[in-house]
Amino acid sequence: MLSFLLRRLLTFVPTFFGVTVVSFLFIRLLPGDPILLLAGERGVGEERYAELIKQFGFDQPIWKQYLDYLWGVMQGDLGNSFVTKKPVVTEFFALFPATLELSICAIILAIVVGIPAGVIAAVNRGKFFDQALMTGALIGYSMPIFWWALLLIIVFSSGLGWTPVSGRISFLYFFDEATGFMLIDSLLSGQKGAFASAVSHLILPTIVLATIPLAVIARQTRSAMLEVLGEDYVRTAKAKGLSPLRVNGQHALRNALIPVVTVIGLLVGTLLAGAILTETIFSWPGIGKWMVDSIFRRDYQVVQGGLLLIASIIMIVNLTVDLLYGWINPKIRKG
Amino acid sequence: MSLLEIKNLTVEFRTANGPFRAVDSVDMTVTAGELVAIVGESGSGKSVSMLAMMGLLPWTANITADKMEFDGKDLLRMSPKERRKIIGKDVSMIFQEPMSSLNPCYTVGFQIKEVLRQHTDLTRAERQARAVELMEQVGIPDPAKRLNVFPHQLSGGMSQRVMIAMALACKPKLLIADEPTTALDVTIQAQILDLLIDLQKTEGMALILITHDMGVVAETVERVNVQYAGQRVEQQEVNALFSNPHHPYTAALLAALPERATGRHLPTIPGVVPGQFDRPQGCLFSPRCEFADDHCRTKPPVAAGPELGKALCHRPLQQGVPQDQKEVSA
Ligand SMILES: Nc1ncnc2c1ncn2[C@@H]1O[C@H](COP(=O)(O)OP(=O)(O)O)[C@@H](O)[C@H]1O
Ligand code: SF4
Ligand SMILES: [Mg+2]
Repeated sequence: MLSFLLRRLLTFVPTFFGVTVVSFLFIRLLPGDPILLLAGERGVGEERYAELIKQFGFDQPIWKQYLDYLWGVMQGDLGNSFVTKKPVVTEFFALFPATLELSICAIILAIVVGIPAGVIAAVNRGKFFDQALMTGALIGYSMPIFWWALLLIIVFSSGLGWTPVSGRISFLYFFDEATGFMLIDSLLSGQKGAFASAVSHLILPTIVLATIPLAVIARQTRSAMLEVLGEDYVRTAKAKGLSPLRVNGQHALRNALIPVVTVIGLLVGTLLAGAILTETIFSWPGIGKWMVDSIFRRDYQVVQGGLLLIASIIMIVNLTVDLLYGWINPKIRKG
Repeated sequence: MSLLEIKNLTVEFRTANGPFRAVDSVDMTVTAGELVAIVGESGSGKSVSMLAMMGLLPWTANITADKMEFDGKDLLRMSPKERRKIIGKDVSMIFQEPMSSLNPCYTVGFQIKEVLRQHTDLTRAERQARAVELMEQVGIPDPAKRLNVFPHQLSGGMSQRVMIAMALACKPKLLIADEPTTALDVTIQAQILDLLIDLQKTEGMALILITHDMGVVAETVERVNVQYAGQRVEQQEVNALFSNPHHPYTAALLAALPERATGRHLPTIPGVVPGQFDRPQGCLFSPRCEFADDHCRTKPPVAAGPELGKALCHRPLQQGVPQDQKEVSA
């Protein structure tokens, strides 16, 4: 187990360096001069321009800039934002809870709905529920997030007035951030209605962000279940006189879970990509919105640092998923 | 009173190429404590007929019967929920592939105790004690410790013992063993068979032994049903069956036994059991039968009387000689 963990951690090293290179180059390949953008409408004098170029180190050859950046990364320093002058790491972790809260709610919704839906579809293969679910999943999977979000806003926010359009909580409430998770903070604040407000702000972004993962999880669960349902041990479970819930939801599902957990792990990337769009549409103050804003501002340090942190999180999640396999199916633990 | 009574059981699968009759008008009676065998080559519908009785066939199976009663209860008109109270408890089944019949994700102990949790009111501690007792009974050494292992840590023989322990958990009245030794090493086969027959005696339960091997049947069972291409073609008490088989298929199976071989070569029955696409018109055995005539090939036979083992044949054998009964059945 330990050697498995170490081996996996070793494979992180080249991936990590790859990401530093890609994220470093990505933002520099975009046209646009960060200093001019920073200066804004007023513009900047030639002398001052040269000074700033020097200050940010843009006069250095690109490989030297990269090595400086890498040197900083090794020491845990991702530089400071051009715009706010605050350290990238500080900004990231100030905004990350908002993204995490949204992502966790979305993935929980996707799992809680997607897995049972997939199981029921597989057990009722070819019947109405199965066909309806598969059609729904296909639509959900291929629907553009932007369009879907706007549709929901038009119906539920503008039309029915059930949910707010943007932000994490109503302006009526104000309290200190204890955890950064609005659901928890609003409860801790003890203010009446704060929690309900936080929930109502979360609903639409969660649904939007959960749609693609839900479709993927439901389809994967269904196909994994279909494979497992023909297995001998499922017949054994039935021969014991167990209820369909135990046969399908326990004996079969446990075996079908491996590929499902794999896609859930892979969905973390999809989720963060989706978060960028979702946060932008709903003005959700998380890292997705922050990254988009920073790309428009050509805030080099924020974009490269942010991408690196996001990639690291994805890698850690994938490792966790690998460790989960052994717990789900002991046969894998052996190998 | 008979424990299990099946009359005219027919199972048809809906397939992409139309219906396929895997079991065709099979009758079967088992009395309490009795040991019966169902013998026939692979594809004869032995498994399907018993799975139909257990209610374990997929929804593509269309099951009809004039009568299907277990322990006085009508299985045909029983809701799935009521049937689940019986299967795994009063009638249980073990299968051909013990290794894949155990769930790889759960410990052996969990899978045994699960039956007890489902069908009894035993407490957790009592279930544990009963599981240890069962493991001992089926001859698994170091039972308490073995309860915590996962199936992949067991050999095929051990897995089948676990399956038997699971099947015995609630002291069933009937155990169906579907080719329980076919997938095992030859040395282990005899052990498992002995164990089953031993348990049948000590537990006083009825045992249906499904096998394709006449040799297994000889010393052990009391009554034999011979099944071919979904039909029961003969039924006799074991000694009579061996000394005077009435259906040509039974005779051919017996002739193929190694200890009965006279020449240097083992006689085998040429051809295979007909499937969905090559079902003959008249007698299903006619393409392979050495006594087949035109009448056999065109008209399906009717079962003879009990004195001829209810042989499903136009020309049932008497001491190896066909007795034409065309006039009777025509
Ligand atoms: N689920 C199914 N769908 C269609 N045909 C099946 C199914 N299960 C079994 N059969 C067919 O029924 C016939 C009898 O099978 P089976 O009872 O397993 O034979 P046996 O146990 O005597 O070897 C075979 O031809 C098999 O292909
Ligand atoms: S009916 Fe004819 S073909 Fe069929 S088993 Fe009897 S003798 Fe052979
Ligand atoms: Mg079989």
